[in-house]
Amino acid sequence: MIEIKNLHKSYKIGKNELHVLKGINFSVESGEMVAIMGSSGSGKSTLLNIIGMLDILDSGTYTLDGVPIVELNETKAAKYRNRFLGFIFQSFNLISYKTALENVALPLYYQKISRKERESKSMHYLEKVGLSNWAAHLPNELSGGQKQRVAIARALAAEPKVLLADEPTGALDSKTSYEVMQLLQQINDEGKTILVVTHEEDIAKMCKRIVNLKDGVIINDEKINQKRAIDYV
Amino acid sequence: MFSSDNWQEIFQTIKKNKLRTFLSGFTVSLGLLIFITLLGLGNGLKNSFNQFFMDDATNSFYIFPGQTSIPYGGYSVNRTIEFKNDDISDIQRNFPEYLEYITPKMHRNGTISYKNESNSYTYIGVAPSHQIAEKTILMKGRFINELDIKNKTKYAVIGRLVEDDLFGNENSLEKYIVINYTAFRVIGVFQDEGGDNQERSIFIPYSTIQLQEKNTDKVNHIVLAFKPEIGYEGAMIFEEKLTTFFKEKHSISPDDENAIYIRNVADDMNENQQLSGVLTLIVSFVGIGTLIAGVIGISNIMVFVVKERTKEIGIRKALGATPFSIITMILQESIFITVIAGYFGLFMGIFILQAIGNKLEYYFILDPYIDMGTAITATIILITFGAFAGYLPAKRAAQIRPIVALNDK
Repeated sequence: MIEIKNLHKSYKIGKNELHVLKGINFSVESGEMVAIMGSSGSGKSTLLNIIGMLDILDSGTYTLDGVPIVELNETKAAKYRNRFLGFIFQSFNLISYKTALENVALPLYYQKISRKERESKSMHYLEKVGLSNWAAHLPNELSGGQKQRVAIARALAAEPKVLLADEPTGALDSKTSYEVMQLLQQINDEGKTILVVTHEEDIAKMCKRIVNLKDGVIINDEKINQKRAIDYV
Repeated sequence: MFSSDNWQEIFQTIKKNKLRTFLSGFTVSLGLLIFITLLGLGNGLKNSFNQFFMDDATNSFYIFPGQTSIPYGGYSVNRTIEFKNDDISDIQRNFPEYLEYITPKMHRNGTISYKNESNSYTYIGVAPSHQIAEKTILMKGRFINELDIKNKTKYAVIGRLVEDDLFGNENSLEKYIVINYTAFRVIGVFQDEGGDNQERSIFIPYSTIQLQEKNTDKVNHIVLAFKPEIGYEGAMIFEEKLTTFFKEKHSISPDDENAIYIRNVADDMNENQQLSGVLTLIVSFVGIGTLIAGVIGISNIMVFVVKERTKEIGIRKALGATPFSIITMILQESIFITVIAGYFGLFMGIFILQAIGNKLEYYFILDPYIDMGTAITATIILITFGAFAGYLPAKRAAQIRPIVALNDK
């Protein structure tokens, strides 16, 4: 599903160059649930942003679902993001003046799907995350866990190949965190590939594979026995 | 780009972001409102200026005879020049290409009475075309005509205040007044915007005055009008030719400046028009200034709007919005708001001008107006610049990498 070879990325900070990713080789099969771990500054978010085409790589190759991601201009990236990827952010990133349902429908708007179909599809995914009764509410009327579940519904609505979650539980208490992880596990069980960036050990252990980053290189990559979140809720 | 889906998205943004909508709309409305009001008031100022200074016909020459100051052609100095009937017919014959009309003018003072009322007035011997020269407006009856000149009739056209003085509330038409022991029938009453002095005078046929004065053919001074189409340049040439003609005819030295004096109203008018031009310049300056201020205002708001939406733009891009769709979204929204607000400002401005009407006449602002073409041009300029001002920051925002936009707080 995802294949990355010899990936390098550096940022210019003033006169200095900060080498963030130093030759990453990494691949993900369809249906995997991978946790990318590492302390802050290890490059884990940068890796996720490159996979998500929110950021561009300096050198190396990146293939997504058999499509080589090259010569990425903003228009092309936008189309790939819309077709292949669903995002879940730490700070939810819902549009504040749109209701839960409208937020979920937004990626479908950019897929040029008709209004009626958008509404029924978004409603379907809101039901899936258990928020159909909150469809008409604005984000500031929802709790943190509810907001993240709306964001997950939004990420699913476009029916992407891969879900990318950047610290999805970072802004939530542990009980809500486990609820969100339970939802992600359930989505993974249905066959969706999921990448989770986290620095929390217990969240990482709820995935099926842990990749450890340190100073821009992978120091550890192993499959684990998944802990089911439902046991903790 | 113009699908109903798009519009629904835009209406929603407009409705849910009332402050932003209000700010951008308000700037455009206010800019246009001030522009139209100022320009309208400026036009009002010009109107009263024109009313003050453009009273008499603007294509007239007043020709006065004087005394020679240089001996010439066998005559000694200090000879009094006099115009006669043949001067008038000579001008008519020699300058038909320039001349529109011509009239002699003979001022006399005398006691004028009706029944027991009497008073001292100026009475003036004129030809029919004098009515045009002084823009005399007849309130009732008629002015002197060619037949009166030919028959040397004893008819008089009296000023409004003469009628007031002598007749009180009585109707003066067809009554007889006595001018210097001779009875004249009143055939008309006039008014003149030139003021009270003019309305306290009386017109009679110039030939009648000549008859009374021992059948002389002297005419004192001459008023004539040139054809307006010859323009200012033509008027200047005509004045020169006239001077040469008179100097030759009356044996005056070409260098004598005192023997004949021609007052050229076209020359006065030229000065007035220059003043009026300065007024136009000031009004345009104020107008353009206001417009520029409005354009800067709407540009600032657009920069602010895009800045405020940076994070939203990042979210939309992460969800698959192309830069093009971001730009069209912002532009469509800003153009929609500026068009609505622009026309609102336009009609408010025109409404205010109409409400002012002539209430500010005391401050020399008469009948303020704005020409519809100018108003609509200004509206279109503001809308265009609003769109342009929105385009640049929108384009920049659309090119920002989504990760940067998402990190925007």
